[in-house]
Amino acid sequence: MRPLAGLKVLDFCWVAVGPMTTSYLAEYGATVVRIESKRRPETLRNAPPFGSQGQSVNRSGYFANYNANKYGMGVNMAHPQAREFVKRLVAWADLVTENFTPGTLEEWGLGYEELCQVKPDIILFSTSMLGRGGPYSQQPGFGAVLASLSGMTGLTGWPDRMPTNPYGAYTDFLVPRFAVPMILAALDYRRRTGRGQHLDVSQLEVSLHFMAPLLLDYTLNGRERDRMGNRHPAAAPHGAYPCRGEDRWCTIACQTDAEWEALCQVMGSPAWTQEERFATLLGRKAHEDELDSLTSRWTQEWEAYELMRTLQQAGVPAGVVQTTHDLFDDPQLRHRGHFVFMDHPEVGRHPVQRSEFRLSQAPGEFRHAAPTLGQHTVEVCKEILHMSEDEIAALTAAGVLEE
Amino acid sequence: MHPADDGGLLSPYRVLDLTDERGILCGKILADLGADVIQIEPPGGSSARRIGPFYQDEAHPDRSLFWWSYAANKRSITLNLASRDGRTLLKRLVPSAHFLIESFPPGHMERLGLGYDALAAINPALIVVSVTPFGRDGPYAHYRASDLNGMGMAGFMYVTGDPDRPPARVGVSHFYLHGSAAGATGAMIAHAQRVLTGRGQHVDVSCQEAVARTLASAPQLFAIEKTVIRRQGSYRQTGDTTFMRITWPCKDGFVNFQLSGGAGAGRSVNNLIRWMEEEGRGDPVLTGLDWTTLGYGMINKELLERVVPPVERFLMSHTKAELFEGAVKRRILLFPVATARDIMQNTQLQARGYFRQVSHPDLATTITYPGPFVRASATPLELRRLAPKVGEHNAEIYLNELGLTRQELVRLREAGAM
Repeated sequence: MRPLAGLKVLDFCWVAVGPMTTSYLAEYGATVVRIESKRRPETLRNAPPFGSQGQSVNRSGYFANYNANKYGMGVNMAHPQAREFVKRLVAWADLVTENFTPGTLEEWGLGYEELCQVKPDIILFSTSMLGRGGPYSQQPGFGAVLASLSGMTGLTGWPDRMPTNPYGAYTDFLVPRFAVPMILAALDYRRRTGRGQHLDVSQLEVSLHFMAPLLLDYTLNGRERDRMGNRHPAAAPHGAYPCRGEDRWCTIACQTDAEWEALCQVMGSPAWTQEERFATLLGRKAHEDELDSLTSRWTQEWEAYELMRTLQQAGVPAGVVQTTHDLFDDPQLRHRGHFVFMDHPEVGRHPVQRSEFRLSQAPGEFRHAAPTLGQHTVEVCKEILHMSEDEIAALTAAGVLEE
Repeated sequence: MHPADDGGLLSPYRVLDLTDERGILCGKILADLGADVIQIEPPGGSSARRIGPFYQDEAHPDRSLFWWSYAANKRSITLNLASRDGRTLLKRLVPSAHFLIESFPPGHMERLGLGYDALAAINPALIVVSVTPFGRDGPYAHYRASDLNGMGMAGFMYVTGDPDRPPARVGVSHFYLHGSAAGATGAMIAHAQRVLTGRGQHVDVSCQEAVARTLASAPQLFAIEKTVIRRQGSYRQTGDTTFMRITWPCKDGFVNFQLSGGAGAGRSVNNLIRWMEEEGRGDPVLTGLDWTTLGYGMINKELLERVVPPVERFLMSHTKAELFEGAVKRRILLFPVATARDIMQNTQLQARGYFRQVSHPDLATTITYPGPFVRASATPLELRRLAPKVGEHNAEIYLNELGLTRQELVRLREAGAM
């Protein structure tokens, strides 16, 4: 039996954080119905890549990665009748998910209180940049900005350069791993007690759990860390070192004496490695610039994967800095089937990233590719809401439903 | 209501947490959600206690701020898995447990006779979560990985950092935090299935896969358009020839502002352009474009080079605080690149009452902690207990809950089993 069989989700999520959250639910058996409108296609539908056929709302590979297995329902929420219509889906659902700017659902008359009138034990999951309430609750934004507000950007990069944003909408992909456990815990609580609730998640507040020790360091020790590139307070060498070829790198991280000694052995123990100043961690930290440049001189003769394999065999933590191209050839990711290739009528063959765990009793399932806009409007109306053809036609003609 | 329910989301459930720093956040998430999480430490304490920074820079196992952050809400017992008595004790804890989390190298639990099959034989409903760098089997399963190695192997570093420097990791160790949080996700999905079937299972987490899922559209850009995304410093590459500008200097630090098209980002850029005009710093090229009609991340380098300088001049003429205030008023997607001080003074976090003042009686002081990761209307999350001292709950758990005698406890301690 699928882990989430029978779980019914009415999904208003858009962009990355929300759709990635509900993608876990859809992968493990929940029925997820996405509400979208042609009038204002969600941001990711217009985000590359689109492939050789060019941009179209149904061709984004970015969108396709987070929306496989979901049903696409076209509803024009700006239409006054749409709100009453959507309440029929609320009555069906166990869980409503959304990541609009706080206040949007309320404007539609679909705030938590109103949802409870339709379905008293509904669980509403809301995630926003900064949470509900407070002076900046309405401030819109994406995860890319939030890496900055949570202090991650300021610590990433080089001390003599501008800070650099962790790639992409970094925190958008961190929140779902808190969101799914809390949603499933709330569903379990409802099963035990009969009570639903509203989960109000601030993306900033979640992200700070990845920064907690540094916040304590500031409040207790008054210390504000600066950027340190790839360095580590208690390890050396600790960096990405150049290898043969264009922009090829291998990381090496020596935290113990044994790892340093093993690295020296692989290098053939040249004279410099035997110098007293490199014998201890404190010595290596004190002469780290030189250590890095001597190490780089050695690594640049190596092919990156050959270096990684040789070092790993000797017990030295090492890893190739892989490109996105490399990820598709990575034997470990292949072994785990990380990329699932799906066919989509407009995107074509494209990779979807599987969840990062394997359940021994429940393989994640990839039943159908991400929906085109309004692809399942009629299907959802018939099979979930048991509406007649006439009723569907009337609501479509009225501009409430979009097929 | 279940008899063990004290009102928390996961109150009826017990978690045996065998992880060290590589899996520690998994149990923390379940503990914050209300589960009874017992951190099982080797004699002398978890290696996570050796991770700095430390309270008042004193490198003491009870003063690690990493430990304080990720072991709060857990209880602690010591147990030596290397001893037969220790393993027997663990097996005595398994029948009353709902989850067991571990982050040893693959195969370690099996060598101790504590592999999934052995544990399931004792308690078929048990969910076992294994957090490892690359997963439990496969060609790299036995590779060693520090945070740095893992972030590189997952594809994160190649796309982060300055183009003329080596690829960069996030300045804080995140590789295992991603995998640990994924462990909580997998654990709860397995729990949902257990509710339906009564049976537990094994959850095998790969931190590499977890981080590979933070790469936004970069993998799809390669697979679909053969574009390999590279690191671009303050810019971000969004396609083969398209970019957006992300990080900008301002008068007293840095801000983050997405100069990009798209429905949301485009409105924000339009609003910034209007603000520039208000201050007499308008630019004809900027004003002549409706940024909402350009696709998200669809701006080419030529256009960017033309529009960046006037925006940069405008931002340099204001402080981060001025820019943020102005951005909020005008619905512009602009935020300061925050320092720890900025975060502690963030008025939104303060207004939501995020930070928690927690008393540390042993240090005769009150300490400010980050608050819960969700506001749950029916079941508020709280910091219920401080991170435990080494074996703080040995007596409570071994004597009161497991029913050992005091004499047995002393004997086991002398024998090094705890």
